Amino acid sequence: MTEAVQSAHDTSFVVKRTRLRKILDNKTLWRGIAAIILFILFWEVCSQSKVWFGIQVPWIGKIPPPSEVVVNWAEIVQHPGYWESWYLSFFRVFFGFMIAQVVGIPFGLALAVNKYFRDIFFPPFEVLRPIPPLAWVPASIIFWPTTELSIAFVTFLGAFFTIVINVLGGARTIDIQYLRAAQSMGATQWDLFRKIILPGTLPSIFTGAAVGMGITWEVVLAAEMISGGGQQSGGGLGFFIWSSYMGGSMAQVIVGMISIGIAGYVSSSLIRYVGFLSMPWRRLF
Amino acid sequence: MSDQAISSVEAGKAGEVRAAPKGIMLAWYRFKKSLATPDPYLMVFGIFLWLGTYYLLTEGWKVPRFEKIPGPVEVITEFFSRDPIWGTSLFTEDFHTNVYVSCQRILISFGLATGLGVPLGLFMGWSRKFKDYAFPILETLRPIPILAWVPLAIVMFSGFETPIIFLATLASFFVTTLNTLLGVESIDESYFRAAGCLGSKKHHVFWHVVVPGAMPFVFTGLQISIGVAWFSLVAAEMISGDFGLGYMIMDSYMVNKYVSMVMAMISLGFVGWITSAMVRWAGNRMMQWRVKALALEGR
Amino acid sequence: MAAKTTTGSRKKAPAASGGRGAISIRNVTKIYDPEGVNVMAVDNCSMEIQAGEVCMIVGPSGCGKTTLLNVIAGFHSLTHGEIYLDDELLCGPGKPLAKQGADRMVVFQNGALFPWKSLLDNVAYGPMVQGVLSKSDARDKALDMLAEAGLKDVADKFPGEVSSGMARRAEIVRALINDPKVLLLDEPYRAMDALTKSIMHEALLEMYDRTKVTIFFITHDLEEAIFLGDKAVVMTTRPARTKKVVDVNIPRPRDYKLLSSEEFRILVEEAKDAVHEEAIKAFEAGERELA
Repeated sequence: MTEAVQSAHDTSFVVKRTRLRKILDNKTLWRGIAAIILFILFWEVCSQSKVWFGIQVPWIGKIPPPSEVVVNWAEIVQHPGYWESWYLSFFRVFFGFMIAQVVGIPFGLALAVNKYFRDIFFPPFEVLRPIPPLAWVPASIIFWPTTELSIAFVTFLGAFFTIVINVLGGARTIDIQYLRAAQSMGATQWDLFRKIILPGTLPSIFTGAAVGMGITWEVVLAAEMISGGGQQSGGGLGFFIWSSYMGGSMAQVIVGMISIGIAGYVSSSLIRYVGFLSMPWRRLF
Repeated sequence: MSDQAISSVEAGKAGEVRAAPKGIMLAWYRFKKSLATPDPYLMVFGIFLWLGTYYLLTEGWKVPRFEKIPGPVEVITEFFSRDPIWGTSLFTEDFHTNVYVSCQRILISFGLATGLGVPLGLFMGWSRKFKDYAFPILETLRPIPILAWVPLAIVMFSGFETPIIFLATLASFFVTTLNTLLGVESIDESYFRAAGCLGSKKHHVFWHVVVPGAMPFVFTGLQISIGVAWFSLVAAEMISGDFGLGYMIMDSYMVNKYVSMVMAMISLGFVGWITSAMVRWAGNRMMQWRVKALALEGR
Repeated sequence: MAAKTTTGSRKKAPAASGGRGAISIRNVTKIYDPEGVNVMAVDNCSMEIQAGEVCMIVGPSGCGKTTLLNVIAGFHSLTHGEIYLDDELLCGPGKPLAKQGADRMVVFQNGALFPWKSLLDNVAYGPMVQGVLSKSDARDKALDMLAEAGLKDVADKFPGEVSSGMARRAEIVRALINDPKVLLLDEPYRAMDALTKSIMHEALLEMYDRTKVTIFFITHDLEEAIFLGDKAVVMTTRPARTKKVVDVNIPRPRDYKLLSSEEFRILVEEAKDAVHEEAIKAFEAGERELA
């Protein structure tokens, strides 16, 4: 039987491995890179199939190969018009998104905090919610005097519903014990709201914002594609894609798609970063 | 250890014990009980407040800008009219066609996306290697908004129908796949260990742990996915369509039949709501274990 | 098996239980390597568990007890040392990861009954997937065993619908239906109140007296350790080593009256000193627990 036993080992058992080694050992990373390269090769081969083998692969055979897209892209970045599209789309997204935040967060919090408010305003909200945001586009164009404003309105609607639902859900999951603890320490209603409900809802606010941002891009793009031809407010990446399509340059359409993908990714990363900065207590996990 | 006794039995008056109401009776009991609180009255008040504001702005006071939007009375009378002024109502052929076409497209797209997305997500969650290869490609394509695929879809697939279905499928495919993957990853490690201890082979683990364990997330994903499918469908129909509710909105707008446009919007909201309720119902049917556990926790 | 007389002659397996399920842990070391920083969870730990013995492992939270269990069960590989089950190498040099199998059944800390299967299906699962019994035979046997544990009325309920005590009991039944050599329990009664716990203890003892299965039981509750065990092994704080072994020579069957006896109190005192010292060290280290 072993009694309180020996330790042959030194207690300093913490050994650091080099960071680089860690990265080089990372199988997931290499597999990911391999997969993406294979994907691009596959696309190239399929698109070139008609030229190389004389047989056109269905579907993918009809779209331009990545090499052509890269050439097209290299050319288009020299045009200021391309960058203006970026600017216009970003501006619209930011504008619609911000209004949705400014209106949606207080509305969601009010729904969560006040029962009567919820009883009265939640049903109409729920009635309107299932209508897809894009269905509002024509109505919005009729109502608002300028196309720009109608795009902003539809963008706002797209993000608004998601944000409100997330804020409401988040605020209602706050553990009642926090509220009781604060009350027992003599917190006022305002303290409860500012010190507990608001920070407690913050994670959901950022989740809602990230999802809302995705929807905002969808909506801006659609609105630009549907109404972008309007005289007062052309431009934007959606319009860029649509006009490239009308002009018959599919390579340019793909440039537009990738650009908008990057733009969407950058915006949602930005939100995650702001979320990371404003919620220090969540960084542990 | 008497929790099931507490949950299923209701203490009546004078210590008399009644069996718990079930199904419709339970709903009726809850309804009766809620009448004693101000909630239902406030709800009705809320709806009427909203409708009233809408009416006054558009038809009552005819506030500038609002007057261009068809008001509730006009829309409702038109909707239920057998002889509609603008040619479309609940009783006309073309309305039925549009609803039918949209629903059919949703059924196909949602079915395709679920049929492809759920297995793909399950396999990605099950096999580390497969996920390492497949996930980066998905993540590269996902940030591209569905609408950006419209021209590509038109070029790749001929006709009206296929591109529209492709777009709706693509949108809900991403959501379903990722949620399924998340579902598998959310399964507690100890279930896999328990299955291993009990002598499961790989296929047992897949069917008895991975599949049922991922179900709650899969159905959350499907709820979102069907919403996304409607979103993309409407967009696609608006941009390039021949039929469907999205087309009805755009077409009515083009020819200034604003009342029909609002009708299409309302119908969209309604069918969208019905379909997502159906998904929720199917989920509850398939996950009795979860429904019952949540019910006992009072949720 | 019940009453042990000497501590000196324990090297050989006692004949009473048929010599099934003896575990020999020899110089086992486990080093984790999460983010490129080595963390030693178990350090050169050795112990012998006789066939049919109830061995209680006591130590502060996060000390590496669970790691030891995971190595035996085959969830983790070991870094050094070797573990034998009935003189058969489970894991050791050249075979760091033990094969998971139904000879060592685990009952988990937070419970791992499949929530999507009824208690009956949970219990019937093991024999069914191993191909030992057909599905209907497995269900019949499962129902018998559940009835024996007093769970007949709730056999068709889902784990989420029954109390945690019942779920725990069903989980032990799920393990026992496979006729394991060793039962590995990882703080199974951790989140229970004292009253429920004592009922669970008696049920476990009753079950043990019936089956005489070897039990490897992790806990941080000293009274539980002395009440249930044939011996209690006190572990040091991370990295885990055996610090002290307390032999519990109290005859079986035992019941709750034992808790107030002098004999019991003395043994608890003996273990307490050793554990308390380690608990302070663990508290001061203040690290989050290892998985």
